[in-house]
Amino acid sequence: MRIPASKYPIERFTLANGLRVVLTPDRSAPVVGVAVIYDVGIRSEPEGRTGFAHLFEHLMFQGSESLEKLAHFRYVQGSGGTFNGSTHFDYTDYFETLPANALERALFLEADRMRRPRLTEENLINQVDVVKEEIRVNVLNRPYGGFPWLRLPPVMFDTFPNAHDGYGSFGDLDSATVPDAADFFEKYYASGNAVLAVAGDFDVATATALIEKHFGDVPARPAPSRPGFGEADLTAERREAFEDRLAPLPAVASAWRVPDPIGDLAAYLPYVVLAEVLTDGDASRLVERLVLRDRIVTSVGGYIGFMGEPFAVRDPTALILQAHLPPGGDVEKVLRTIEEEAARIAADGLAEGELARTQARMATHLLRDTDAVLGRALQMALLEQQRGEPDLINHLPRLIGEVTDEQIVNAAATLVPARRATIEVIPGGAK
Amino acid sequence: MTTPLRTVPALGPNRALKLPKAVERTLDNGLTVIALRRSSVPLVEVRLRIPFAKAQLARSAMLTQTVLSGTSTMSTVDIAAELQKVGGGLSAGADPDRMLISGNSLAAGLDRLLDILAEVLTDAAYPAGEVSTERARLVDRIRVAQSQPSHMARVALLKRMYGRHPYAVQTPTPEQVEAVGAGALRTLHNDRVHPAGATLVLVGDVNPDKAIAAAERALIKWDGDGYEVELPPTPELKPGPLTLVDRPGAVQSSLRMALPAVHRQHPDHAALQLANLVFGGYFSSRWVENIREDKGYTYGPHSLIEHAVAGSSLVLAAEVATEVTAPALLETLYELGRLASLPPKDEELEQARQYALGTLQLGMSTQAGLAGLLSTYAGFGLRLDYLAEHAAKLAKATRETVAAAAAEYLAPAKAATVVLGDAERVERSLAALTPLTTVEAA
Repeated sequence: MRIPASKYPIERFTLANGLRVVLTPDRSAPVVGVAVIYDVGIRSEPEGRTGFAHLFEHLMFQGSESLEKLAHFRYVQGSGGTFNGSTHFDYTDYFETLPANALERALFLEADRMRRPRLTEENLINQVDVVKEEIRVNVLNRPYGGFPWLRLPPVMFDTFPNAHDGYGSFGDLDSATVPDAADFFEKYYASGNAVLAVAGDFDVATATALIEKHFGDVPARPAPSRPGFGEADLTAERREAFEDRLAPLPAVASAWRVPDPIGDLAAYLPYVVLAEVLTDGDASRLVERLVLRDRIVTSVGGYIGFMGEPFAVRDPTALILQAHLPPGGDVEKVLRTIEEEAARIAADGLAEGELARTQARMATHLLRDTDAVLGRALQMALLEQQRGEPDLINHLPRLIGEVTDEQIVNAAATLVPARRATIEVIPGGAK
Repeated sequence: MTTPLRTVPALGPNRALKLPKAVERTLDNGLTVIALRRSSVPLVEVRLRIPFAKAQLARSAMLTQTVLSGTSTMSTVDIAAELQKVGGGLSAGADPDRMLISGNSLAAGLDRLLDILAEVLTDAAYPAGEVSTERARLVDRIRVAQSQPSHMARVALLKRMYGRHPYAVQTPTPEQVEAVGAGALRTLHNDRVHPAGATLVLVGDVNPDKAIAAAERALIKWDGDGYEVELPPTPELKPGPLTLVDRPGAVQSSLRMALPAVHRQHPDHAALQLANLVFGGYFSSRWVENIREDKGYTYGPHSLIEHAVAGSSLVLAAEVATEVTAPALLETLYELGRLASLPPKDEELEQARQYALGTLQLGMSTQAGLAGLLSTYAGFGLRLDYLAEHAAKLAKATRETVAAAAAEYLAPAKAATVVLGDAERVERSLAALTPLTTVEAA
C-alpha cells in the first residue's frame, strides 16, 4: 500500500526579538491550536534543584504581567478552550485549543507570560504542594510509579542532567526559592529561546499582524548557549533492581543508546522503525514470541526516548523495551529471549512484507497525531525548535517508509547485552 | 516598577455551530451504518458498537480479549499482519452496555479492514491455545488493576452507587475469568454478536455513500438473529454514612462522591451540566480553585456527569494528601452546599456556558473525535443533531435554572461518598465531619 503524506502549508518567520513563529492554516474546522515551546527541560535544571523545570512550568500559570492568579485558566476556558503545559527532557510546552474566534486572546495570554510571570512566595508554596500531590498520584501512591521513565535513566547515564529524577525530590522542591525561579525565567524563558506555533482556522496575514502586535514588544533576550549532554555509550551491561511495595507482578525494562536524533536523522530512523517491528501489535516480533508463543510476559512495549517521543528528544537517548511478567516470571529468560530475537533479525533479516506493513501502520499513527490542530502545532513547534525544519512533519511518513531491511538488520545487531541498561521491578505487593 | 496593565482582547464574533453531514443507512441484516467525510488526514476511523447488556461479566471480558485471536482461516498474527498492511489496527472492549470494536487505517485500506472485521464477526474461532493465553493475561491485568488506587476506589464507589444492579460490578475476579473456556465464548458470540441494534461508524477521508456500500458488501453476510436485552433502570442513590475503605500505608486518600444526574435529553440536563462546571467540572471551577489553587490539597480534582444506558450520575474524584483528607472533604461539602443553596454569579455562568459551547466545537474537529461522538450518541439513540439542540439549551439556561439544577442534583445531602485511604490516619478526622463505616479493601 502506498504510504500517503500530509501537505500542511507552512509559514515561518522570526520577530525582531528573536521569537520564531510557525503558522499552518487549515480552514476545515473553526478551531485553533496555539503552542509555545521553550528550549529548556529536565536536563537543564541545576544540581540541587531536581524537579525545578516542572515546578517552574506550574508557576507559569500563576499570573503574569497583566493578569492575576487564576486569570489565565478563566480566560482560556471562558473562551470555550482547553489548555495545559508539560515538561520534558529537552523542552517545556504551553498550549491551548480554542474556537477560532479566541485566537487573539490566546496570543495575548502567551505573550503576557512570556514578558513576565508573577513569581510570588505564596504561589510558589502553593504549587510545591500541588506538585507533591502530582508526584504522589503518579509515582508514590501507585504500583509501577515512574517505571521505567524515572527509574531507568539513572542506571543508563552517569551525569546529573541525564540521570536525575525529573519529577524532583521533595527536599529539592521544598528548598526552591522565588529568586531561583526569577533566574530560571531570565535565562531560559527568553524570546530567542522560544517558538510559537499556531495551527487551524485563521488567515495568515491577520494572524501575522496579531502576533506582531502581541509578541513584538516582548523584550529581546537571546537563547542561552545549550551545553552538550553527550555521554559515552555503554561498554558493559548495567543492571539494577528495586522493590515496589505496591506492585503485584514483576516487570523489567532495558534501554540501548541510539544515534543522535537531531544530528543524524538518517542513522536514527531505523531504530524508530525497529521499535515498532519488535513491539507494534500481535504480528510484531516480540509480542508474537514472548506473549503469544512462549507466554513468558503478559505485555511488551517498545519505543524511543524515555517519554516515548521519537521526534521530540535530543541526544543522548535510547530505545526502550519493557515487559510485565506473570507471577513468578523469569526476568533472565525474558532478557535472553529478547537478545535471541534481536540476534535472529540481525542474522536472518526480516520476513517478506514485514517492514512494509510496519511502515504503513507507523504512517497511520504519524498522520493521526497531526489531525488535531494542537497536535500539529506542537509537532511543528518542536521540529522548528530542535531542527529548524517544521516541514519535516510532511515528510516523516515518507522517510519512515524509506528505511530498508538492511538498516533494520544493522540496528537490531546493536541490541546486545553489553550495551544494555536494565531495571527490574521486584514485586512487594503480591497478595 | 509597575507596568500599566494591558487589556485582554475581546473575542471575535461567535460562529454558529456547523454540524458536519452524516449519511446513514440500516442494512437488511439490521446493522446501522453511519458514515461521515472529514478529509483532514488520509485516514478512516471505525467504531462498531454492539449492544451487550447482561452479557456475563467474565465471559464478556474474555470475549473482547479473544475475538481478534483467530478465525477458521486466520491466526491472531495473520489478522494483525493483514490489518497492518493497510496501516490498520483493531481492538475490542466492553462495558455493561455494549461491546465496542474500534480501529483505524489508511483511508485507502477501508475495504480491506472491513473484510477482516467481517471475517472476525462471522467466523471468530476462539482457539483453545489463544483463549488460554489471553485468560492468563487478563488475570494478570486484573491483579495489577486491583493494586491501583483509582481502580480500588472505583470498585468501592460502584458498589455504593448500584447495589444489586448489573452496573455495581464491572471487573470480574481472577477466579471468574479462570472459569471461562472457549466453548462459553463461542456460545456468547453466537448469542450476542449480531448486527441487530448494532451501529457501525465510519469517519474520515472517505466518500460516505461509497463507505456505506463497502460496509454493506463486507458485512451483509453477518447474520441478524440477535435479541434485545434491556437493563433495569439504575436504583436511586442511597446517601448514608461515608464508606472508608482501608488501604494501610497509603500516602494519599482517594475521595469519590456520587450524586444524582439526568440523561442527555432530560429538560434539566443543560442546566445541570452548567452547574457541574461551576462546581468542579473544569479547571476554572470553584472546587478546583479552592482545593488545588488555594489550598494545595490535590493535583487533578474533577467532577463529571457519566451517562450509561440505564441511568446517569455525577461523580467527583480527587486524590488528596493523607494529612488533609478531612479538610478536603470539608471544602468539597462546602462548595457543593454553597452552589446548592445560593445561585452562581452571572460571570461564573457565562464562563461555564462559553466553555460548554466552545468544547462542542473542539470535540468535532478531528476524525477520532467525531467517530467517538457518533458512536457514543448512537448507543443512546441520538445523532449529531442532538448537539444543535443541546447548544440551544445551553444558550438559554439562566441563573435560576442552573441554581435549581444545583439544588436538585448537587446537594451534598444526596451524595454517596467513598474514601480509600489509610484508616488509621484518616478515620478520626473524617468521623468528626460525617458518620462513616470502615471496611477492608476488596
